[in-house]
Amino acid sequence: MSNADYNDAELLICTASRLMTDGSTAFIGTGIPMLAASLAQRMHAPNLVAFFEFGGIGAVLEQLPMAVGEWRSFNKAVAATGITDLMETAQRGFVEYGFLGGAQIDAYGNLNTTTIGDHDRPKVRLPGSGGGNDVGSLCWQTIAILRHDRRRFVEKLDFLTTPGYLDGPGAREAAGLPAGTGPYRVVTNLALLGYHPMTRRMMLLATQPGVSVAQVIENTGFELEMAASIAENPAPSEEELDLLRNRVDREKLYI
Amino acid sequence: MNVLYSGKGALLQPPDMEAFRAWNRAKHGGMVSKLMDEHEAVSRFIKEGDYIGTELYGSVRGPMSITREIVRQRIANLRVIGQSVLELDLLLAAHQVRAMDITYTGLEVYGLSNVLRREVESGRVEQCVEWSNAGITWRLKAAAMGVPFLPTRSMLGSDTLEYSAAKVVEDPFGGGRVCLLPALILDVGIIHVHQSDEFGNARIEGISGFANELARASKRLIISAEEIVPNEVIREQPDRTIIPYFLTDAVVHAPFGSHPGEMCYRYRRDEPLIKEWVEASADEAATAAYLDRYIYQLPDHAAYQELVGRQRLADLWGPYAGGAG
Repeated sequence: MSNADYNDAELLICTASRLMTDGSTAFIGTGIPMLAASLAQRMHAPNLVAFFEFGGIGAVLEQLPMAVGEWRSFNKAVAATGITDLMETAQRGFVEYGFLGGAQIDAYGNLNTTTIGDHDRPKVRLPGSGGGNDVGSLCWQTIAILRHDRRRFVEKLDFLTTPGYLDGPGAREAAGLPAGTGPYRVVTNLALLGYHPMTRRMMLLATQPGVSVAQVIENTGFELEMAASIAENPAPSEEELDLLRNRVDREKLYI
Repeated sequence: MNVLYSGKGALLQPPDMEAFRAWNRAKHGGMVSKLMDEHEAVSRFIKEGDYIGTELYGSVRGPMSITREIVRQRIANLRVIGQSVLELDLLLAAHQVRAMDITYTGLEVYGLSNVLRREVESGRVEQCVEWSNAGITWRLKAAAMGVPFLPTRSMLGSDTLEYSAAKVVEDPFGGGRVCLLPALILDVGIIHVHQSDEFGNARIEGISGFANELARASKRLIISAEEIVPNEVIREQPDRTIIPYFLTDAVVHAPFGSHPGEMCYRYRRDEPLIKEWVEASADEAATAAYLDRYIYQLPDHAAYQELVGRQRLADLWGPYAGGAG
């Protein structure tokens, strides 16, 4: 299958979906994480337990929620509770993965969803933390999903909304965040990235199909660590694309 | 306890737990009917400068009919919990918000809130104090528990903490650092529910969002309900009561009170009308025209339903909204 056969959104969804393991628990936000979770449930992870922050636990994602609190977020779920229960469940260590997005990300996986420019007189006022800071603080491993360019992958955030590794090794624990937590992967339209185990800086693991390492570097506003060998991600399969287009998002809400 | 760090955000509503206890003692006045229309509920219980909070959010079981009434009555200088999709947009668009404890104000799949951007970037909203979603709800939970603060493990290490009014201390029992969130006692809480009796014993179906916490953290509580049920119905299944009557000050019968948002098991969201707001809000003149058409020129929620159309509303009802369908 050639590159022209899928778009960036489909590529992001398929790449994120493959990271969701069967039987694990994941905090799911609006948009691409929902599509990825729904695809994962149909492909390889039927027992993926989706947590939606306003109370849905274990929904079967037959139809795509348009909002994190709407009825599809607890469709055929095991429980419909409330936000404190969900967040406290994560605070107790029950939730493995959390999915995050943002307007900016830095080398340590810190994210900005609050303001561009000065906080008190911003150039652009963004929505704010939402559940992002809680997911980034309390889930064991977080996966960020973003489009890849220099405007988003920056040396210094305008505002650190959600903690990644803060300013390096040991910083999360020193700040009081739960031990052993932190960013795990970054999924972009150009690459799959992780974090160097020693420096905690973002590390290129694999390029997306047809993308060169030079292109990734060119579109990143900070210096990347490089994995010992950099793979090329497999393109979305026909089965994935078929499920995505004809089952997951059959109303064409997102793709 | 040694304070290691203090956020530099203002405490927009400093909690006074003794005053809250005294307020609640005086408030408990027996099971009397609190049924009234939205005009009376809003004019009696919300005052200029109040600190208010709405639950859940405008596209999902949000108190949209009451919010429209607050806009209609032009109650100014409000301080608000900034956790919203659609409902705060209306208050912001009408320039009624002075300060926000903001966690999320946006339009979900439709992106940024245009009116939040305009109001904050212009400085018309004077203060934005930052919190996380869990943070703001735990602040309500502290008030609901009757304690002045709660220790949590969120928000640490971030600018969200720096621009909040939280504090960091060393756990006196030997753990690490914890973030202390101050209790948030609302002047007025507003919740839309599936069923309530005339006294304000209320039920919510589906997820409960943060209704438990917000109801108990409010000095005055306005409930709007899809359906008013007899007290006997409440007493048949008391386990379903999320809000007992003594928390409630006003009960407003509001069918389609969450429109254009959804009400699970009853009606789905009205996508074209949500999109109409998303598009109108991009432009100041169109925003004003929207407010005029859907709020200022209408006397009440009944007229709003007429304008939207009874058939259109009826078509939203049904198996789309979860349950057996």
